[in-house]
Amino acid sequence: MTPELGQLALILALLLALAQGVLPLVGAWRGNRALMAVARPAAAGQAVFVAMAFGILVWAFVHFDFSVRYVAENSNLALPWYYRIAAVWGAHEGSLLLWIFILNVWTVALAAFSQKLPEVFAARVLAVMGLIAVGFLAFIIFTSDPFGRLLPMPGDGGDLNPVLQDPGMTFHPPVLYTGYVGFSVAFAFSIAALLGGELEQAWVRWARPWTNIAWGFLTCGIVAGSWWAYAELGWGGWWFWDPVENASFMPWLVGLALIHAQAVTEKRGSLRAWTILLSIFAFSLSLLGTFLVRSGVLTSVHAFASDPRRGVFILAFLTIVVGGSLLLYALRAPKVSGGKPFKLLSRETVLLIGNLMFAVAAAMVLLGTLFPLIGDALNMGRISVGPPYFGFLFPLLMLPVVLLLPFGPFLRWGNGDTTILKQVLLRAGIAAGACAIVAAFFVDGQPKAIAGVASLVWLGVGVGLYALKRWREMPPGRRYPAEMAGMLLAHLGVGVFVAGVLITESLSVTSDVRMAPGQTQHIAGYDFRFDGVHQTTGPNWRADQGVVTVTRNSSLIAVMHPQKRTYLRGQVQTESAVDAGLFRDLYVALGEPMDTSNIEGAWSLRLYYKPFVRWIWGGGLLMMLGGFTCAADRRFRIKRIAESEATEGLLVQETRA
Amino acid sequence: MSRMFPFFAFVLLVALFGFGIWWNTQHDPQAIPSPLLNKPAPAFVLPKLYEPTVTVSKSDLLGKPYLLNVFASWCIECGVEHPVLQAEAPTLGVLLVGYDYKDAPDDAKRWLAEHGNPYSVLIADLPGQTAIDFGVYGAPESFLIDSKGVIRYKHIGPMTADVVATELKPAIAALQKESP
Repeated sequence: MTPELGQLALILALLLALAQGVLPLVGAWRGNRALMAVARPAAAGQAVFVAMAFGILVWAFVHFDFSVRYVAENSNLALPWYYRIAAVWGAHEGSLLLWIFILNVWTVALAAFSQKLPEVFAARVLAVMGLIAVGFLAFIIFTSDPFGRLLPMPGDGGDLNPVLQDPGMTFHPPVLYTGYVGFSVAFAFSIAALLGGELEQAWVRWARPWTNIAWGFLTCGIVAGSWWAYAELGWGGWWFWDPVENASFMPWLVGLALIHAQAVTEKRGSLRAWTILLSIFAFSLSLLGTFLVRSGVLTSVHAFASDPRRGVFILAFLTIVVGGSLLLYALRAPKVSGGKPFKLLSRETVLLIGNLMFAVAAAMVLLGTLFPLIGDALNMGRISVGPPYFGFLFPLLMLPVVLLLPFGPFLRWGNGDTTILKQVLLRAGIAAGACAIVAAFFVDGQPKAIAGVASLVWLGVGVGLYALKRWREMPPGRRYPAEMAGMLLAHLGVGVFVAGVLITESLSVTSDVRMAPGQTQHIAGYDFRFDGVHQTTGPNWRADQGVVTVTRNSSLIAVMHPQKRTYLRGQVQTESAVDAGLFRDLYVALGEPMDTSNIEGAWSLRLYYKPFVRWIWGGGLLMMLGGFTCAADRRFRIKRIAESEATEGLLVQETRA
Repeated sequence: MSRMFPFFAFVLLVALFGFGIWWNTQHDPQAIPSPLLNKPAPAFVLPKLYEPTVTVSKSDLLGKPYLLNVFASWCIECGVEHPVLQAEAPTLGVLLVGYDYKDAPDDAKRWLAEHGNPYSVLIADLPGQTAIDFGVYGAPESFLIDSKGVIRYKHIGPMTADVVATELKPAIAALQKESP
């Protein structure tokens, strides 16, 4: 009975979403306040029903309701409870339910924090959110019902994809989706601004914290995904340029451009049309990501479900949302470039260059991701461009960004000053050069690693110099407002990230070896002794577990237990063992036994020494922290209240008159 | 007009995606296209299973089309495929070559004795080196090779009666039409 209630809840949510999407728009158009007022209660009601549906699906998983097809396909009696909850978003139907649930969380937050916005504007923003929800709810109800029954009810279910049975994976999709879906807010603000035609830059300030938070979540989700791929896939890589990874990376890049463009538009009024276009792109790429993953147009390691009917539905939805908004943009975007003028040497120029690079990089990733499809279309066969394409072009595009980044904050809006730039260039350049020379002795002259150290110092000193300048020139309490602190944190994160990538890539040691029990392998100063393999069991798997003892100069560093798990339904999954450290990771993955009948004998093993690999994720987390810190800036709140109080006062007078 | 540019770019993208969906309904998305398809089969010299001292090479088999079927006694799916091959082998119109993959010869012989032997020629690749040249992912896999030694069709996984009727036989018919 309860699963049917879930379905009913989704249908009611769809009706409320329709009300939320249509009535306030009509109200805003006709100036009808009653219709505009529908937006908030409808959003709240929709959220309640979606939360109910989500809760019912969780309940079905927790209570082993195998009469629900989705539950039966993705869980079984032996699956621990925490993975049963994670199984809710382990496959297609549930992940869409998670998507719409998170959209509702954002909408409710928006409804709560938009009380002080001009009424008409808030109504339009919430309506756009409602229309997005209509699309996704219809998609779930008509093509991907998570509550479909399976009769007769099986005694036990299938299994959650073992790749997903990992703590990182319980956490990765919700965070990633929070980021993806969060761009819908910036999108809704842009569309509302286009619809209203009021293209002053006020709305950009209201949109900024939302964009920053969404981008922060997306960063966190990507970092979690990268960490998960590293720990779980057993290849020791942290990024594969896989279509699904690219699907999350494209909105990230555009979101990054958007954050910076919004800053320009808000403070100087320039780049208005570009900011609107980027908001549309960021959300469109989020939708596109969903389309690519869910339609099966591109096949990849991650492609879980594909169904042409679903593909057609998402494509139609994508066409309406993206095509419609781009058409709206074409018709209503500001025709004249507004804003204060700026010289060639100014903060605007540097930000514009950065923006250009991020946008081009996103386009480059899109092209690479769609290449197999283009190959099919042009009848050249299914050609994939892999890491060689991305790995060459992406660093090339990011090089100017890294080089220019220290100067950005020092440049004044409108008209920059060369003397201070020369100072920064000299100081950061000398520091980077000196450290590079010292580093060269430690890294065997590896150019990539030297470049990594140099860029860390270059960016770190750049950020430090600016922090110092603020410290000297500003009175206490006004030195580092949140927006500034967030910027500094995120920029420092770039340095940490770049250093991590370059050093890991150049100094990692990988060794595929055949080892008999008792044998020792010497890698990068560590001795890995293989102590054989034994059998072990977990709640829903059994595994061959290797024991590898790592010593350095005969002092014990770690005892590692890489596993090769076989899950209930026969799927095999490697669990690599990682000994983590701030400056290096030791990583062991179990390969195959040399003789399948004797697992206690020799095995093939993969041993890695990965210096500074953690800095990659550390840099990502710093960027995330920067995004969140920025969003907390008091300027966004105080000014908003002051300004909207004035408009609200006006409205009250109008109705009284 | 430049404001319309993003819209037109998007229209192009939609067309591409629409094509992608249509294409996927026409093709098996699981199929991994072999880079060897329509290319000459790799040269090989392998011993016969029953006469290990006698070798069979690619040039020995030139002149007539044949179906190279990769199997192994340890492969469970091959047991599923086997009855289909036995039933269809006489009506295929091409030579059926068995390719015993990473298999102990005695195991293979026992397995064939038990399940029957539909193969006209049987070669054994115990180290599995030649299979790498063929791009074999695992057993069973089948390659249709024409009289000039070019791979014309490839199937990964067990041959079912359905696959034989809808894919293999049309591919063979196409070969026979070319060289009567």
